[in-house]
Amino acid sequence: MDTGDLRSSYLTGLRDGAPFVLVIVPFATVFGVLSKSAGLNVLEALAFSVAVIAGAAQFTALQLMQDQAPTLVVLASALAVNLRMAMYSASLTPHLGHLPLWKRGVVAYLLVDQAYALGIVKYEREPEMTNGERFAYFLGTITPLCPLWYGFTVVGAVVGAQISIENGLDFAMPIAFLALIGPALRTGAHGAAALVASVSALLFAFLPYNLGLLVAALLGMMAGAEIERRREAA
Amino acid sequence: MIDRTELWIVIIGLGLGSFGLRFAFLGLVGDRPIPAWLMRHLRYTAVSVLPALIMPLIVFPAANDGQPEPVRLTAAVVALGVGFYFKNPLLAMVMGGLTLVGGLYWFA
Repeated sequence: MDTGDLRSSYLTGLRDGAPFVLVIVPFATVFGVLSKSAGLNVLEALAFSVAVIAGAAQFTALQLMQDQAPTLVVLASALAVNLRMAMYSASLTPHLGHLPLWKRGVVAYLLVDQAYALGIVKYEREPEMTNGERFAYFLGTITPLCPLWYGFTVVGAVVGAQISIENGLDFAMPIAFLALIGPALRTGAHGAAALVASVSALLFAFLPYNLGLLVAALLGMMAGAEIERRREAA
Repeated sequence: MIDRTELWIVIIGLGLGSFGLRFAFLGLVGDRPIPAWLMRHLRYTAVSVLPALIMPLIVFPAANDGQPEPVRLTAAVVALGVGFYFKNPLLAMVMGGLTLVGGLYWFA
């Protein structure tokens, strides 16, 4: 295999991933700031971002710990938020499943929303890519993102004290999530899933330990899947 | 205050669990097929879990003693609407944030 091709795949990935810096930096900063206001020190905030690299799940865990939810509920809810990663893993498997195990491990650790979205589009459009080129492209997309995710978590945790709840910081997470949900509502089934989950979350808000979240999410997924199934059957 | 033991259990458990979810198919299934019904449900996890998580925070914000509050509701509608219409998370985040900060500055 020609190393020049690997190099050019890596650079293409780097270029494709670069614009997402604009999403990663504010998101990581907000996580750092919220960690600080929840009483985490810089090392703890950084450990969170290094171990998990998944903003939405990190926000969820932080919020539920502040609500004094039991540890098992915190873990179950945050992992439910990350269930989509299993879907990413499944849909990349036909393209990357032939890589050596350690490379698949590296991809798994670094499998974030942006890298998945870029990778799957690229691999489907260019099926002639070699396994090595696919891996190089993936590493390229993640290179500008991952270090900044760690770095700006630290920045947020350091400057955190200067921003308080009166400035609307309590609402940073809902805004950030809504900004991700809007573009994800691609079909009627997606919209129905979101609607069912939203209404259920309010109806089941009385359940203890934030279990309403899990119930609502499950109902939303079932609604989306059922509508998709009926549409395909029709 | 978050308990330190709980915090580290969550950080480590969530790290391992997230890796497990990401590795599940890629590492263990290899290139065997995945059941269609499972994929169909997994496709809707993001659009189900994220709204379910934030909906109570939007409608019953703790900063307003759990009562619905017009500035926050407006900012939420703006963020969702801009994101849906322009398919651009960053723009949606900025517009929602500006609505929130501006609204709180002028009306609160």
